[in-house]
Amino acid sequence: MIETYDLSKQYNKDFWAVDGVNLQVQPGQILALLGQNGAGKTTTVRMLTSLLSPTRGWARVGGYDVTKHPKDVRANVGVLTEQHGLYMRMTGEEYLEYFGKVYGLDAATRTKQSKYLLDYFGLAEAAPRRSGEYSKGMKQKLALARALIHDPSVLLLDEPTSAMDPESAQLVRNEISRLRSSRRTIIICTHNLAEAEALSDQIAIIYRGKILLNGTLEELKRAVLGPVEYEATFAYEFDAGDLDLPPGVKLADRTTTSLRFRVDAPRESNPKLLMALTAQNAPLLSFHEVPKKLEHVYLKTMADAQGVTYAS
Amino acid sequence: MRRNWEGIWLVARREFQDQFRDWRIVVPMILMVSIFPFVADNTTRQAVNFMNRFGGDIILDRLIPFAILVIGFFPLSFTLLVALEAFVGEKERGTIEPLLSSPLEDSHMYLGKLLVGVATPLLFSYGSITLYLLLLMRRPVEFPSAYMMTLILLLTFAHAVLMVSAAIVISVQATTIRAANLMASFVVVPVAFLLQGETLLIFWGNEDVLFMAVLGLTILSGLLIRLGLAHFKREYLLGREIDTLNLKSMWQTFLDRVSGNASSIFEWYGSEIPATLRQLRTPLMVVTGLAIITIVASYAWVVLNVPKFIDITPNRVQQVQSYVRNNLGNLDVLDENVPAPWIFVSNVRSMVGFLFAGLISFSTLGLALFIFNMSLIGGVLGAASLINYSPLAVFGVAILPHGIFELTAVFLATAAVLKVGAVLVTPQPDKSLGEVFLLSLADWFRVFIGLVVPLLAIAAVIEVYVTPQIIKLAFPYL
Repeated sequence: MIETYDLSKQYNKDFWAVDGVNLQVQPGQILALLGQNGAGKTTTVRMLTSLLSPTRGWARVGGYDVTKHPKDVRANVGVLTEQHGLYMRMTGEEYLEYFGKVYGLDAATRTKQSKYLLDYFGLAEAAPRRSGEYSKGMKQKLALARALIHDPSVLLLDEPTSAMDPESAQLVRNEISRLRSSRRTIIICTHNLAEAEALSDQIAIIYRGKILLNGTLEELKRAVLGPVEYEATFAYEFDAGDLDLPPGVKLADRTTTSLRFRVDAPRESNPKLLMALTAQNAPLLSFHEVPKKLEHVYLKTMADAQGVTYAS
Repeated sequence: MRRNWEGIWLVARREFQDQFRDWRIVVPMILMVSIFPFVADNTTRQAVNFMNRFGGDIILDRLIPFAILVIGFFPLSFTLLVALEAFVGEKERGTIEPLLSSPLEDSHMYLGKLLVGVATPLLFSYGSITLYLLLLMRRPVEFPSAYMMTLILLLTFAHAVLMVSAAIVISVQATTIRAANLMASFVVVPVAFLLQGETLLIFWGNEDVLFMAVLGLTILSGLLIRLGLAHFKREYLLGREIDTLNLKSMWQTFLDRVSGNASSIFEWYGSEIPATLRQLRTPLMVVTGLAIITIVASYAWVVLNVPKFIDITPNRVQQVQSYVRNNLGNLDVLDENVPAPWIFVSNVRSMVGFLFAGLISFSTLGLALFIFNMSLIGGVLGAASLINYSPLAVFGVAILPHGIFELTAVFLATAAVLKVGAVLVTPQPDKSLGEVFLLSLADWFRVFIGLVVPLLAIAAVIEVYVTPQIIKLAFPYL
């Protein structure tokens, strides 16, 4: 589990890189930390790995306080850093063997874990080669394997699929999902919003060190983009006239072949809305939720934070 | 202990592997290490021929140890790069963060890198020396004694530890490899000077003094390692992407520390200075203890040993005493020959000299200067005793009147220098090495400006205008 309260970091006495961050990530959950470059994601992760000491507030990672028990925190965390950080003159297998020793694994566990990770990430063949000869994606996969070598209970992953081809990225996403189902606590810092949407249970948007939004994707969508919208499309032009809308439903937009409704409580209102449309003999072709992507949430939040208008 | 060693070895082994897999490091090292002994051997041959022609046997005997020392030093100077980039290199290549995020202890990382930094140059240094000695076997020259040979090998070891420990400190503190390389001069140049000093000792032929040099270097290296470990912080390796030199902020920090919480000079003397003195209690006790031991030891040395070199007959004692008596008149015009401002400036300069000597050596050279000065007092009193003057009376009449102020100032300044060194090698949470350095300098300055300078000014006036009169008055009773 990861818990933070008022977690803050100040540099040079006048710059707050992270300011009052409150997070709670349960085992078996993935939190996606989104934000611009320099927003404070890396500083937050570094505080969670006890590399930087908080100026204010506290954080507990895997049950250990990051200030009081830094060694225990580091032993329980697997970190994928912004830069892959590989030793270029070491082979893939030597690299995992080395970090296995650094994390205090016995020889049998090291061998087993290395073999599993190299096989899983498709690096078994390249393992005897020096990592300096690897492609960008292979380096990223090896770095991820390093973060997983000690089977940590907490994972802090900075851009886990950057530079990877789609198949490799899918492989990594599958592994992250598997780790979630084995009750690992995971934080992903990413600019890949589709990936965050697909993987995360919770999303936090950080801007200039402060968390602007934190919640599930649905909560974020509702908070930023308003109630859910549903669209009814018609087989041919249809004039709905003054449609008798059930309570909690508002007409948001209309064209000759579609109507868009803003619905506060879909479970209660949608059946009534469909009955109203049928009563009007509407040539209904489809009725579906208007997809709202995390991208819209993110861009709107950033635009609001910067005081500019968001054009979707 | 075993776990610690495993952690250190883990870091060191990887570094070793990394270095020896890079032909760009290995090939130049091997070339330099192999070529230089041949050059030195050729130089030896030329020197042997030259000396034999002019009968310079003594110099020839000392030339070989000197050549060995230089051959040992040579690989150290260029393999220093390995140590210089130990941390900052990993930082630039982005490999440091996974290592810092691991449960390895700070000391494992630091000492692991230090071990590689020391072992690699030593491997090449000793390899180079061995090659030279093998080549030397063909020459008609005498090999250095086993004791001298041991001393030179120890000196080479001490050089390596000193240079590498300093380089590692630089590597931790520097933000780029370029900056670290620029700072390498601060390691190589002083050690090159040191080497010249040691060369003098070799040619002087005093092996015991050479042993003292080994001991001194070992102490200094130990303090440097302690400094590095005390100020090794993972945060600083990651937190400072760009170092900015904020002179205004530095000056403000310095001033704030010097002035403390006082709002007036009276408040400063009333509260800040007593607080500073309380902080100096332990260093003052150490300095006072050292002074007493040194004065007594040098007094005893002079009294016991000088008669072995100089025949002190009653007639000679009479001569010296009458010389002193006849020149007492000069004391009346002392202020013309040695004016009080000159004494004051000279003493202030010495105290600043103590500080600089202390700063570059974690107080040890500052303390050495202090010990030297105290030994002069003991020596003078010993000499007085040899010519039948009461040493206590000489101390009470010729030293104490101005010494009350001057010696107090010297003790305070030395204690402050000792504290600077102690603070530098003590871990200071939440403070960078630069901050610690600046604050300890401010602490020293507070003592210097608040106490040492006024005391030295009073002492200079008394020394020129009061002490001579007391000497004249008291002379018949000495």
